Amino acid sequence: MEVKQIFDEFWTNYSKTPQLLRIIDVFLGYILLTGIIQFVYCALVGTFPFNSFLSGFISTVGSFILTVCLRIQIGPRSPFKITKQKAFFDYLLANFILHLWVMNFMG
Amino acid sequence: MKAITANNSFLRGISENKQEFLLKFLILGLIYALAFFTRLYSVLRYESVIHEFDPYFNFRSTKYLVNEGFYNFLNWFDDKSWYPLGRIVGGTIYPGLMMTAAAVFWVLNHFHITVNIRNVCVLLAPWFASNTAMITYFMAKETKNSSTGLVAAALIAIVPGYISRSVAGSFDNEGIAIFTLLLTYGFWVKSVNTGSILWSALTTLAYFYMVSAWGGYIFIINLIPLYTLVMLVTGRFSERLYIAYCTFYTIGTLLSMQITFVGFQAVQSSEHMAAFGVFGLLQIHSFINWARTQLSPRAFARFFRISITAFAALVGSALVLGLATGYISPWTGRFYALLNFTYAKDNIPIIASVSEHQPTTWASFFFDLHILVFFMPAGLYYSFTKLNDANIFVVCYGITSVYFAGVMVRLMLVLAPVACILSAIAISSTLETWMKAIKPNLRKTKNTVEYTGQKEIGYVVVTGMTVMLMLYVFHCSWVTSEAYSSPSIVLAANQPDGSRIIFDDFREAYRWLAYNTAEDARVMSWWDYGYQISAMANRTILVDNNTWNNTHIAQVGKAMASNEENALKIMRQLDVDYVLVIFGGLTGYASDDINKFLWMVRIAGSADPNVVESDYFSPEGAFRVDSEGSSTMLNSLMYKMCYWRFGSVYTDYGKPPGFDRVRSVEIGNKDFSLNVVEEVYTTQHWLVRIYKVKDQDNRA
Repeated sequence: MEVKQIFDEFWTNYSKTPQLLRIIDVFLGYILLTGIIQFVYCALVGTFPFNSFLSGFISTVGSFILTVCLRIQIGPRSPFKITKQKAFFDYLLANFILHLWVMNFMG
Repeated sequence: MKAITANNSFLRGISENKQEFLLKFLILGLIYALAFFTRLYSVLRYESVIHEFDPYFNFRSTKYLVNEGFYNFLNWFDDKSWYPLGRIVGGTIYPGLMMTAAAVFWVLNHFHITVNIRNVCVLLAPWFASNTAMITYFMAKETKNSSTGLVAAALIAIVPGYISRSVAGSFDNEGIAIFTLLLTYGFWVKSVNTGSILWSALTTLAYFYMVSAWGGYIFIINLIPLYTLVMLVTGRFSERLYIAYCTFYTIGTLLSMQITFVGFQAVQSSEHMAAFGVFGLLQIHSFINWARTQLSPRAFARFFRISITAFAALVGSALVLGLATGYISPWTGRFYALLNFTYAKDNIPIIASVSEHQPTTWASFFFDLHILVFFMPAGLYYSFTKLNDANIFVVCYGITSVYFAGVMVRLMLVLAPVACILSAIAISSTLETWMKAIKPNLRKTKNTVEYTGQKEIGYVVVTGMTVMLMLYVFHCSWVTSEAYSSPSIVLAANQPDGSRIIFDDFREAYRWLAYNTAEDARVMSWWDYGYQISAMANRTILVDNNTWNNTHIAQVGKAMASNEENALKIMRQLDVDYVLVIFGGLTGYASDDINKFLWMVRIAGSADPNVVESDYFSPEGAFRVDSEGSSTMLNSLMYKMCYWRFGSVYTDYGKPPGFDRVRSVEIGNKDFSLNVVEEVYTTQHWLVRIYKVKDQDNRA
C-alpha cells in the first residue's frame, strides 16, 4: 500500500478521537517541536553548557512523557478507574517536581 | 486474611478489622524497636565510638557540613589529605549520608534536644535499619499480602547480612543506602501495581535519595530496565508499566545528574545505557500499539515494516558511532570487575586487594543468611505459582542479587533484603496453608479437601517452622554479638584468667599526634589508616582510603619497601614529617603492615617496574621475616620501622627475644641502625609506631 493511503486511513480514524485528546495531542506536538529545535541548536552550536542543554532537553522529554501518561489515563480506552481530577493533579505534581529540578540544573 | 468471628476473638468489644490493625501495629512497633536495639552491642560493650575506617571520613565530613554550612560543604576542597594534591571532596562523594546526619542533628537541636554530632552519627544506622524494616513490610505487602509483609519485616530486622554494615558506629553509606534502595523498589512495585503518576514521581524522589547515598544506585538503574525488558518479552506489557517506567526514567535521570559525583555519567557512561535502550524500546512498543488501533491490519503491516527497518538502521548507526568515537565510555573498572571477575586481579591490584571485594564463600552465605538460604528458593517457587507484576520484579531482583553476592562479599548486603522478602513469601504461604489445617473449619467450601491426619501433620509442620525461626533468631543474635559488633578501633582480648584487656592503641597514637606535632605536619602511612588519622589526629596525610590516585599510593608503597636511602629521597620529595606503621608482632594482631606488605610491593610495582615482588621472597619463594628472609625484605624501611628495638623484647614464654607472634618466627635482622628516621612514639602494646624523619645534618 502507498504511504499516502496509510496516511489517509490514519487521518480518517484519528478524526474520530474526542476533542479533549486532540487538544492534548496538539500540546504534545508543540513539546516535540521545542525538543527538536533545542536538539538541532545543540548539534549546530556545540554542547558547551552541557547541563543547560540537558536540563532544557529533559524538560521537553519529561513533559512529553508525562502528557502521554495523562493521555493514557484519561483516554476513552483507559484501563484505569481514576477520576480526571486525580489524574490531572498527579500530572501537575510530577511536572512540578520535574521543572523544579530543571530550574536547579539549568545553571 | 479473614479473621474468625468476634465470639472467639481475643479482645471482646472491638471489631475484627480493628483487632487486626492493632495486632499489626503492635508487631511492627516491636520489630522497629528490635531492629534498633539488636545493633547496640558495641555501644554497650565499649562506648559510643565510630568504627572502622571509612566511617571516620564520613564523620569528619559531617562535622565539616555542620560547622561550615551547606554551600561550603558542596564546594569543599580538602588540602589536608593527599598531600600535595589535595582532594575535591565536594565533587567526589555521595553526600546523602552526611546530609541525613546533619539534618537529624539540626532537627534535634532545633527542639533543644542537644545530642552530640558523634552520637547522631553512631546511632544513625540502627535507626535507619528500623525504617528499613518498615519499608520491607510495605514492599512485601505490595508483592503478596500483609502477613508476608510482617514476616519479611521481622526477618530483615535481624538478618546478619544487613546487620554487618549497619551496627551502631558503622557510619557508612550502606547504612542508609539499603533503606533508600528498598524505598525505591517499594515505591516502584507500588507504581507498577497502580500505574499512578504520583507513585512514579515518589519513586523518582526515592531514587534521587538513593543516588545521593551510594554508588550502588547502578544496580537500580539496571535492574528496573531489565525487569521492564523481561515484562516486554513475556508479554506482560501494560499501560501501568509504561507510565511507571517512563516517568521514572526521565525524571530519575535528571535527578541523578544533580549529584556532582554522578554528573553527566547518567547520559554518557555505558552503565546507564541499558536504561536508555529500554526507554527507547518502550516508546517504540507503545507507539506501534497505538498505531495498531488507528489503522486497518493491511495498512498497519506495511507501516510496521517501513518503520522497523528505518529505526533499526538509525539506532544501529548511532550506537556504532557513539562507541567508536568513545563518546559512550565503556564500563569502568569497579563495575566491569563484577561482570568479568578476573579483571581486577590481573589489571587493578588496588581493587583486588580490598578484602570486601573477594568472592563469597559458601560459609559466608550461610553465616549471613542462615535459614533464608533454603527458604529463598522456596519463595521463588511460590512466586512462580502465582506470577503477577510485583512477583516477577522480586524474582528478577533475587536472581541478580544472588549472582552479584557470589562475586563480591560486600554485595551480600544487597542480597539480604530480597532473601528476606522471598523467604517471607515461602514462610507465610506455608504457614497459611497449614494453619488452616489446624483451625476448626468454619467455612466448608467445595474446594477444601479433608483427609485423616490433617491436623497432626499441620501441627508438625507449624512446629517445625517455629523451631527453625527460633534457631534463626538465636543464630542472628549470636552472629551480631560475636562477629559484627567489634569497633576495629578498639580491640579486646581475653586473658587466661578470664579478664579482658582493651587495646586502645590506635586512639592513643592519633591523640599523641594531635597534641605533640606541629599543626601542618605531614604524616605518611599506608592508605588504610588515612581517614582515621585525618579525623582523629587532624594532620595532613599523603594517601587515604579513597584510593583515587594509584600512582601516589604506589610512591608511598615504594618508600615503605625501599631501603633507607631510597626511601629518604621519596620522603623528602613528598615533604613527609612523620611516618606511622601498625605492628602486631607483640600482641598477635594479624592485620598489621607486615602482613599487608606484599600488597604495598605489588601496588608499587604496578607503577614503577624497578620494584620487583620476587625480590622480597626468600630463595625458595616464601615470604619470611626470619633469618631466611631475603635481604631486600630485611633491609626495607617497613621492616626496620616495625622491628626497631624489637630484637630485645621477650614476647612469649620459652621463645627467644624478638619472636614475632603473628608470623610465629624469630625475626632475622635484629641489630640494625635507623639512620633516616627516629622513633618518637610507640604505643603501650606496640601496635602503632610513629617515626620522625630526621632533619638534614648541619654539616655537609
